[in-house]
Amino acid sequence: MQEKDNTRRKVLIGLTSAVGLSGIPFAATPFIAAWNPSAKAKAAGASVKLDVSKMQYGQQIQVAWRKQPVFVIRHTKESLQSLEVTLPKLADPDSNQIDEPYKGINPTRSKNAEYTVIAGVCTHLGCSPKYHPEVEPKPWDASWAGGFFCPCHGSMFDMVGRVYKGVPAPTNLPVPPHFFKGSILTIGEDGGTA
Amino acid sequence: MSEMVGKLFGWVNSRLPIANTFERHLSKHPVPSKVNFWYLFGALASVVLIIQIVSGIWLIMPYSNTEEEAFSSIEYIMRDVDYGWVIRYMHTTGASMFFAVVYLHMFRGLLYGSYQKPKELVWIFGCAIYLAMMAEGFLGYVLPYGQMSYWGAQVIISLFGAIPYIGESLELWVRGDYYISGITVSRFFALHVVALPLVLIALVFLHLVALHEVGAGNPEGVDIEEYLDDDGVPLDSVPFFPYKVLNALVGIGVFMTVFAIIMFFFPEGGGYFIEMANFEEANPLVTPEHIAPVWYYSPYYAMLRAVPDKLGGLIVMGSAVAILFVVPWLDRSKVASIRYKGIYSKIALAFFGISFLTLGYLGTVGVTEVRKTMSVICTVIYFAFFLLMPFYTKYEKTKEVPKRL
Repeated sequence: MQEKDNTRRKVLIGLTSAVGLSGIPFAATPFIAAWNPSAKAKAAGASVKLDVSKMQYGQQIQVAWRKQPVFVIRHTKESLQSLEVTLPKLADPDSNQIDEPYKGINPTRSKNAEYTVIAGVCTHLGCSPKYHPEVEPKPWDASWAGGFFCPCHGSMFDMVGRVYKGVPAPTNLPVPPHFFKGSILTIGEDGGTA
Repeated sequence: MSEMVGKLFGWVNSRLPIANTFERHLSKHPVPSKVNFWYLFGALASVVLIIQIVSGIWLIMPYSNTEEEAFSSIEYIMRDVDYGWVIRYMHTTGASMFFAVVYLHMFRGLLYGSYQKPKELVWIFGCAIYLAMMAEGFLGYVLPYGQMSYWGAQVIISLFGAIPYIGESLELWVRGDYYISGITVSRFFALHVVALPLVLIALVFLHLVALHEVGAGNPEGVDIEEYLDDDGVPLDSVPFFPYKVLNALVGIGVFMTVFAIIMFFFPEGGGYFIEMANFEEANPLVTPEHIAPVWYYSPYYAMLRAVPDKLGGLIVMGSAVAILFVVPWLDRSKVASIRYKGIYSKIALAFFGISFLTLGYLGTVGVTEVRKTMSVICTVIYFAFFLLMPFYTKYEKTKEVPKRL
């Protein structure tokens, strides 16, 4: 009699607890979801447009998209040739480790063979790498062939934002969604033709 | 009149255990009769906690937690609020002093084996307090929304990105925006002023309850419970109140003097307490030339930079704090105090202290090849101190601990 009562009690306690516990994820949902970017933040993070035809060859400009720097580079013939020189130094020349949106279209990694569009945020700890297009010995690399150098922790990238071997940054600088319409570059949307 | 007071006290006391609690935890709570200055820092830490709570509440009043106004509201506190500068510098100096006394308090623990059986839980609650303080300090540093607030937070939040698979979405979730915006600042504000202080106070309470249950230690590592008088009170003990309280007041007086000198004359601490870049408003498009953490995080930052791999760096940094929690089970020595431990323990502790200080320096300066090598060496020493502890404490020759204090 005593034993039977205990079994019944244990089952009931177990069932009640299970039902009670199953409520936790539901109760937690609003608290967790409230930390997601709000509709207002998402709207403010929509796309930006700019005219790139006025850019000089070899010029790099910085555009703010979602308040983060995006680098747009208009390449010269020389800077495109430098991609061959730096190739053996790269950790992931084909961008296999990241989700590369426009893979294999252009050596510039963008939708346009003359321009590169990359996030200007180091993949190590989020600093903004500096543009050093000159081909000359640098304190961080005696055979520098042009590219980006992060002043925070010394990560190096080539002219199209691909990461060097043996630096703290783990991956290439990501390419944000973008498309060209005439001379107008839109960053933040890919025009539906990706 | 005194009869009335006595009656009132009796009325309250029969409903709330005032006299009992006072006796148990103060007037009759036995503490070792002989300790040294190392045993002051716990009391000092609780003094700083109170300073932080009071100055913090007063800072909430004029502070504005929006992207547009956060930085200017700090300047408003500094310039336009009467005595606002004192209250703000009290809070910033308090943050640095909190870490200073807690680091000394923790070193005392390593020095005299304050984590050994049966004080394991006291130590673990202490480590949890340290962890909560690090989070609290980080969140607070973001609130002024200066350049170093922004870029320091950028670096720390990017660390979440090193976690495989969920890293990037976790970063976005923590920020609540695509960059560290007003949304991030206001949620950090809520955590800094409400959530974490509650956690901290609860942990301090548990730390003290556990301590009072097992009793305080002493620099000799003598177990005072061995020799009791007829009432069961340890012979080598004195009541906490008034003996320890009055004793601590002297230490608190000295400490408050140092505190006031820093607060009034060197509030920026030469750029180590408040970094110069933080007197400029946050600019998401311009990274400062040199990003360094405040001094109390710099040893871990040096470890992070010593590892040339993002996830690896995060793991090393996390393990450096996590390993503190298991120290009670790493020390296999028969004795508690360094005074009676063998030569290996002394060498190990000295090397550990030097490497931690060196890492602290390296974390505040820029990277060069030599410094990077030094960071690697010091990181190895830091971990070797803990990981080899089971061996050198077990096999070394210890001295005999006296019976009485």
